[in-house]
Amino acid sequence: MTEAAHWTFICHRDDIVPNTGVAAKVGSAQVAVFRVVAPDGTEDGIFALDNFDVRSQANVLSRGLIGELSTETGPVLVVASPIYKNHLCLRSGRCLEDDAWSVKAWAVTCGDDGLIMVRAS
Amino acid sequence: MKLVVIGNGMVGHKLLEELAGTPDLHITVLCEEPRPAYDRVHLSEFFSGKTADDLSLVSPGFFEQPNLTLKLNAKAVDIDRAAKQVVLANGERVPYDRIVLATGSYPFVPAVTGRDRDGCLVYRTIEDLEAMRDWGAKSRIGVVVGGGLLGLECAKALKDMGLDTHVVEFAPRLMTVQVDDMGGRLLRRKIEAMGVQVHTGKNTLEIVDGGGVGVGGRHAMKFADGSQLLTDMIVFSAGIRPRDELARNAGLMRGERGGILIDNLCKTSDPDIWAIGECALWQGKIFGLVAPGYDMARLVAAQVRLLPSSLGTGAGGEGLKQVPEFNGADMSTKLKLLGIDVASIGDAQGATPGSLNYLFSDDVAGIYKKLVVSSDAKTLLGAVLVGDASDYGSLLQMALNGIPLPAQPESLILPSVDGGAKGLGVDLLPATASICSCNNVSKGDLCAAIDGGATSLGALKKCTKAATSCGGCLPLVKQVLDAELKKSGVLVLNHLCEHFAHSRQALFHLVKVGGQKTFDETILAHGRGRGCDVCKPAVASILASCWNEHVLKPKHASVQDTNDYYLANIQKDGSYSVVPRIPGGEITPDKLIVIGQVAKDFGLYTKITGGQRIDLFGARVEQLPAIWGALVAAGFESGHAYGKSLRTVKSCVGSTWCRYGVQDSVTMAIRIEERYRGLRSPHKIKMAVSGCTRECAEAQSKDVGVIATEKGWNLYVAGNGGMKPRHAELLASDIDDETLIKLIDRFLMFYIRTGDRLQRTATWIENLEGGLGYVKQVVIEDSLGLCAELEADMARQVETYECEWKKAITTPETLKRFKHFVNADEADSNIQFVDERGQIRPKSALEKKPAVTP
Ligand code: SRM
Ligand SMILES: Cc1cc2nc3c(=O)[nH]c(=O)nc-3n(C[C@H](O)[C@H](O)[C@H](O)COP(=O)(O)OP(=O)(O)OC[C@H]3O[C@@H](n4cnc5c(N)ncnc54)[C@H](O)[C@@H]3O)c2cc1C
Ligand code: SF4
Ligand code: FES
Repeated sequence: MTEAAHWTFICHRDDIVPNTGVAAKVGSAQVAVFRVVAPDGTEDGIFALDNFDVRSQANVLSRGLIGELSTETGPVLVVASPIYKNHLCLRSGRCLEDDAWSVKAWAVTCGDDGLIMVRAS
Repeated sequence: MKLVVIGNGMVGHKLLEELAGTPDLHITVLCEEPRPAYDRVHLSEFFSGKTADDLSLVSPGFFEQPNLTLKLNAKAVDIDRAAKQVVLANGERVPYDRIVLATGSYPFVPAVTGRDRDGCLVYRTIEDLEAMRDWGAKSRIGVVVGGGLLGLECAKALKDMGLDTHVVEFAPRLMTVQVDDMGGRLLRRKIEAMGVQVHTGKNTLEIVDGGGVGVGGRHAMKFADGSQLLTDMIVFSAGIRPRDELARNAGLMRGERGGILIDNLCKTSDPDIWAIGECALWQGKIFGLVAPGYDMARLVAAQVRLLPSSLGTGAGGEGLKQVPEFNGADMSTKLKLLGIDVASIGDAQGATPGSLNYLFSDDVAGIYKKLVVSSDAKTLLGAVLVGDASDYGSLLQMALNGIPLPAQPESLILPSVDGGAKGLGVDLLPATASICSCNNVSKGDLCAAIDGGATSLGALKKCTKAATSCGGCLPLVKQVLDAELKKSGVLVLNHLCEHFAHSRQALFHLVKVGGQKTFDETILAHGRGRGCDVCKPAVASILASCWNEHVLKPKHASVQDTNDYYLANIQKDGSYSVVPRIPGGEITPDKLIVIGQVAKDFGLYTKITGGQRIDLFGARVEQLPAIWGALVAAGFESGHAYGKSLRTVKSCVGSTWCRYGVQDSVTMAIRIEERYRGLRSPHKIKMAVSGCTRECAEAQSKDVGVIATEKGWNLYVAGNGGMKPRHAELLASDIDDETLIKLIDRFLMFYIRTGDRLQRTATWIENLEGGLGYVKQVVIEDSLGLCAELEADMARQVETYECEWKKAITTPETLKRFKHFVNADEADSNIQFVDERGQIRPKSALEKKPAVTP
C-alpha cells in the first residue's frame, strides 16, 4: 500500500467553525479534529486527538472548549473535556492534570485546498 | 468542681463556649427563658423572616456534652450562700462551688399610669417580638417610647410592619447618648423624611382609652404639655435596668441605682460568685453592649480554668495566677437605623476638658460629621457621623490606638474632591489593634488567618469569627484582607483567569462601554492570549447579558460550553437531557401527553425534577433537533436547563384552589417566569412564589422568592439551596404587582452587573460590602441613581427574548452541528442503554465492556 492510503479525508476546513472541533470516523476509531484560529484571525492549524475521553469514558472531546494555558514549558493549546474539564494538549494529547488521562494525538494535515486528512494507524 | 451559670443569654453562653471541654468541671445552666441562648443583637431580623432557630447561638450538639446540664424554664429565685445551693422557682435546689450570674437586664418601663394596658409592650425577647407581630397585625398606628438606639431600631420594625409609626422621646433630641445636637437634628430630619413621626421633649403622663373603635386609636397618650397622641400599640424602649433581684435576695452588694457590683476580676462581694454582662456594675457603669460582656465572659472563663478541680467550701482566695482584668470597654457604635448610617466614637460629646471640634455638615446630601480632638489637635478623642459612616472603622482605630492625626485633621471628614484616598490605611495599624470588638479579633489574628489560607472574606469570617456579630467591622476586615493579599503578592483573586486581569464585574463594564460584541474583540481589547474554558463562557455570558444576541450565532459558537452549544445538558455518557419550560409548574393534560409521546417516540428516560418540570434523558446529539421540533410544535419552549440563566419559578397552587391562599401565586409565577426566561447571568437563578406564609413553594430558599401577604407581596432575595443553603432576606414587604416586578428587574440587573463568575446571588450578597442594606439602598432608594438604567436594561432583555430552540430548528446553519460525525451519518456506538424499572438507563462500564472490545 502507498503512504496515501493511510490518510482518511475528514472534511473541508470551512466545515469546522473556528475554534471548535468535530468528531470523525477514521476506520473504526473516533477522532476529534480541531481548528484553531487566533483572535486576530490568523489560522493556527488543525489538530487531531482521540475523541474518547479517558476520564469520563465517553466520546466527547470534540465538543470541548479550546483554550491556551500557561505551563512551565510555556503556553500550551488545549481542549477542556466538556464533562469533567480535564485539559488535553492539542499537539501531544497529554493531560495537564494527570498523565493517566492522556490520549493519543493523531497525525493530521490541511493543504492549501483546505482539505483535512488524518493518518489512520 | 460544680459551676452554676445563671442566665443563658448572649454573655452567659459565651462563657459556656469558652469553658467547653474543661476537665473536671461540671456546669449547670439555669435558663429562665423557654429556649437556650439566641442572638439578641440581631433580634429585629425576626421581623424579616428569621426564626428562633435561625437566631440560636447554640451550635448543634452543644448541650449534649456530658459535663453540661441545661435547665430550661428554670428561674433562680434565691442563693442559699450558707448551704451553697441555688434555689429555683419550683423549689429545686442546685448545689454549687462557684456561681456566675449572667442575668442580663430588663426593659425599663417608666411609671406611667396605664402602662399595663393591652398592647403596651417591650422589646427584649423572642416572646416580646411575637407579641409585637401579633399586635402589629391588628394595628394601624404604633408608638415607640424612647428615641435611643433600641427605640429607633424598634421604630423600624413597626414601620416595616406597615404601621404609621411615631417615636416619643423625653429628651429634646434623639440618641442623646451617642449623638450631639446637630447630628441629632439631622437624624431627626432623615427619619421624618421616611415617614416616621418624631416627638421630642414629650413627657408621657398617662395612657388612657383612646375611644377609637377598632383600629386607629385604642389608646390615647397624654403628655405633660397638654397634647395627646392616639395609637393602637405602644412599645416601651426607654432604657434597660440590670436584673439584680437575685443578688438583692442573696445580700450581694449592689449599686445605688441597681446593678451587681463587681471588681476588675468580675467578682461580686461574695468571692465565690462572679457577675458578667448587663447585670454587672463596674466602676459605676453598666455596659449595654455585647462586646464588653464577651470580654467579661472570657476573663471569668480564664479564672475558672485555673481553679483546682476539687474545691473545699470557703476556699475563697484560690491564689490566682496572672489573669487578665477587666478595664472598661469602648462604647463606640455604628448602626444603620431605618437605613441611615449613624456612628459614634469615643468622647462624642466633647466632654474632655479643652477638647476641640472639627465639623462638616452638608444639608443637601444629608451628611454630618464631627471630630473631637485633643487640645493640641494631635489625637482623636471622639467622633459623630450621621448619614455617612464609611469612615467609622478607620476613625475608630485612630482613636483606639492613639494614632497621630494628620496635619490637617479636617481632611478626615471633608469629602474627597478628587476621589483620592484619605483617612488611614490599615497598614498603619499595629498588629494588636482590635478590629472586631464583638469577637475580640485583632489585626494580627486576621493576618495570621490570611497567611494560613483564609484568602476570601467568607473564609476569613468563618475562621476568625470576625464580622459575624454586629457586622460593623466588616469594611475594615475587608480592607485588611485586601491589603494583606496585595502585600503577599497573591494575585488579586478576582481576576477572571490568566487571560483577563479583570474581575467579571469590571469586564462587564468595559464591554458595555467598549461595545465589544464578540469574544475575539473582547480579548483583543481587554485581555491577552487566546482565552480558555474559564473566560470563554464567562465572556459569552457577559455578551449575552449586554447585547442579548442569540447564543447560537456562529460568531459565538466557539466560546459556549457544550451545554450552551447544543442547548442541552451533557450527561456522563455524552448523551444529553431535554428540559422544556413549564412556567410555574403549571401544565395542561395535552402537554403532558405530548411530553410522554415524545419520550416514547425517542426512547427517552423521563423524570420529574426538583424544579417542577420534566426532564427527558438519553438523547443523542443528532436526535435533539427532531425532539425539539416535536416539542416546539406543541407549544413548548426551551427551559434553559443548560444555561447560566433563569431556571424555574416554582409555585404553589395559591388562592385559586388552596383554602389558605391570599394571592394567586401561579399567575404571578408564570408572569415572572415568562418575563425573565432566557436572561443570562453570572450563575443560574431560581425563583419561587408562595400564595401565603405557609410557604409551600419554598421561596425563601431561592435567589428571588415571593410570598403573598394580605396586602400584596413580600420579596425575598439571595436565598440558596444546594451545597451551602442560605435563607433569603426580606427586601421589601407588602408591595403591589408592579412594584414587585420593578424591584426584581432592578435586583437582577444589579446582580448581573456586579456578580462574579459563577457566583450565585447568595454568595454575591455575602461578599458585597454592606450586604442587603446596600442592595436596598441601590434598588429601592436609588442611591446610585441607577434604577432607571437597570429597568431599561431589563426591558430590552424582555423585548429581545426569543426561544433558542425555536430559532435553532429553523436555522439550517445551526442544524448542521447536531451530528455526531462530520464524515458519517452514524450514531455514537458508545452510548448504550439497558432497561431498569421500565425505562432506559446508561450501561455501566462493565456492562459495556464486551460490546466495545470484542
Ligand atoms: C434535574 C435536576 C435533578 C432532579 O432530577 O430533580 C438537577 C440536575 C442537575 N443539577 Fe441541580 N438539578 C435540579 C434541581 C436542583 C435544585 C432544586 C431546585 O432547584 O429546587 C437544587 C438546589 C437549589 C439551588 O440551586 O439553590 C440544585 C442544586 C444544584 C447545584 C448546586 C448549586 C449551589 O449553588 O450550590 C448544582 C451545581 C452548580 O450549578 O454549580 C447543580 C447542577 C446540576 C446539574 C446541572 C449537574 C451537571 O452539571 O450535570 C444537573 C443537570 C441535570 C440535567 O442534565 O438536566 N444543581 N439542583 C433538577 C432540575 C430542576 C429543573 O427543573 O431545572
Ligand atoms: C433589640 C436589641 C438590639 C440590640 N442591639 C445591639 C447591638 O447592635 N450591639 C450590641 O452590642 N448590643 C446590642 N443589644 C444589647 C445586647 O443584646 C446585650 O448587651 C446582650 O444581650 C447582653 O447579654 P447578657 O447575657 O448580659 O444578657 P441577656 O442576653 O439579656 O441574657 C440574660 C438571660 O438571663 C436570664 N435570666 C435573668 N434572670 C434569671 C434568673 N433569675 N434565672 C434564670 N435565668 C435568668 C434571662 O431570661 C436572659 O435569658 C441589643 C439588645 C436588644 C434587645
Ligand atoms: S444532586 Fe447531584 S447527582 Fe443529583 S441531580 Fe443534582 S447534581 Fe446531579
Ligand atoms: S465588631 Fe461586631 S462583628 Fe466585628
